[in-house]
Amino acid sequence: MRRVVVTGLGAISPLGRGTGALFEGLLQGRSGIQAVPEMAAVGGMRTRVAGLVPGIDPREIPRKFRRSMSNMSIFAVLACQEALAQAGVGPEECADGRTGVAIGSTVGSTRATEDFFADYFTDRSLERMKSTFFFQIMNHSCAVNVAQALGIVGRVFAPSAACATGCQTVGLGFETIAMGKQERMLCGGAEEFHPLTAGTFDMMNAASIGFNDRPQHTPRPFDRGRDGVVCAEGSGILLLESLDSAHRRGATVLAEIVGFATLSDPVNLANPNAAAIAGCMRLALADAGMAPAEIGYVNAHATATEQGDIAEGEAIAAVFGDAVPVSSLKGHLGHAMAASGSLELIAGVEMLRHNSLIPTLNLDDPDPACGPLRHLRGVEPVGVKALIKNNFALGGVNSSIVVRSLA
Amino acid sequence: MTDQEIIELINTSLAEEFELALQEMTPDSTLFDELGLDSLDVVDLVIVLEGAFGFKIREQEAIRQIRTLGDIHRFVISKKLAA
Repeated sequence: MRRVVVTGLGAISPLGRGTGALFEGLLQGRSGIQAVPEMAAVGGMRTRVAGLVPGIDPREIPRKFRRSMSNMSIFAVLACQEALAQAGVGPEECADGRTGVAIGSTVGSTRATEDFFADYFTDRSLERMKSTFFFQIMNHSCAVNVAQALGIVGRVFAPSAACATGCQTVGLGFETIAMGKQERMLCGGAEEFHPLTAGTFDMMNAASIGFNDRPQHTPRPFDRGRDGVVCAEGSGILLLESLDSAHRRGATVLAEIVGFATLSDPVNLANPNAAAIAGCMRLALADAGMAPAEIGYVNAHATATEQGDIAEGEAIAAVFGDAVPVSSLKGHLGHAMAASGSLELIAGVEMLRHNSLIPTLNLDDPDPACGPLRHLRGVEPVGVKALIKNNFALGGVNSSIVVRSLA
Repeated sequence: MTDQEIIELINTSLAEEFELALQEMTPDSTLFDELGLDSLDVVDLVIVLEGAFGFKIREQEAIRQIRTLGDIHRFVISKKLAA
């Protein structure tokens, strides 16, 4: 199996455009959450906060490519462009057949779907359906829009596992390169905010509803006062590359992907369980050939739900004990669903590179029910230069990735 | 509507839909080569014209013969006259 490294990062997040804006915002302890009063227009909606991407002008993407894109594809394309630029990978490599794509979203564009059906239900006529509508709602919309816009002719995958998509795509890209099927893979997730996404969590009593007047105080991962998920949007893209290819090109290696695991937890459709999460982390460690003591930081999925944070906290304590630093970045970013795993993994790579572990925002009063964890409460230097990143989804899909600085 | 008003409505509708510069839209402009449209855009072009003029033209054979912006002007004017 070939070694796989990260040579490019691209991030569009509630903290702004670019990996720089993301990491700078995280370092400064900024929140990307804001009030979204128009959510009140949806009957039964109690949550009124979200993490929205600021300041993107889609028109920088030519209409020929943009016409088939909803916001999630726009975010993904811009993030890919950033990652490719950082890696020094240009149109020639994109077109050489050895660069592929693994990018997914939770669903296609809900906004486009809503707009179409709002019109369709007036007279059930197809006569006003635009030709590019389907390209915005199909499940592989982001992946193909990226491939089309960037002239990529290699493999195009669109894994979709809701909130675990971000890490599953990176894992798939990792294994694809390790097996020698591609030299480079653009990997990650993308998500665009729609009130019905937040409504889905609200309906399950899993959305934050108590901080509508103080949006930057929620979500609160691992905190006693946590009251649920805050939905967000964005895209995080990692350019993975074989170590050989990176060396041949003289590319700067940002980190090495060394382990990946994903598994199903059939115990319950919605309730995470600690044993399955611990099992997933152990599998990822085994894949990396590493012991828990060789991990210097756990980047938790922790979305600030009552049950999820407890299950993950128990699992982390079971695998790593109470000495390894732990944090969740949902307090800064909210939960960008399919994009969350890859955005947070990007932040993890930057933490290793900048020797700065980021604490959990809004964690004022750690909930002892979440296990005996060593919560990061301030920015700390990195000890052991390897991390594990967790990423879970409704439906019992767990995934974990192990990343380390290149020795 | 005068012919000139019809032409202006066509041009502004297409300029908005396809992000074209009005000053670059002449009757001789070919849809594919010069205005940069393709077969998917033509589907939407028909929808835009149907919306702007309130007629149904999707099934008209004459649509297939359209090559230039001037062809669209003449086609729509003839349709409006026939209405």
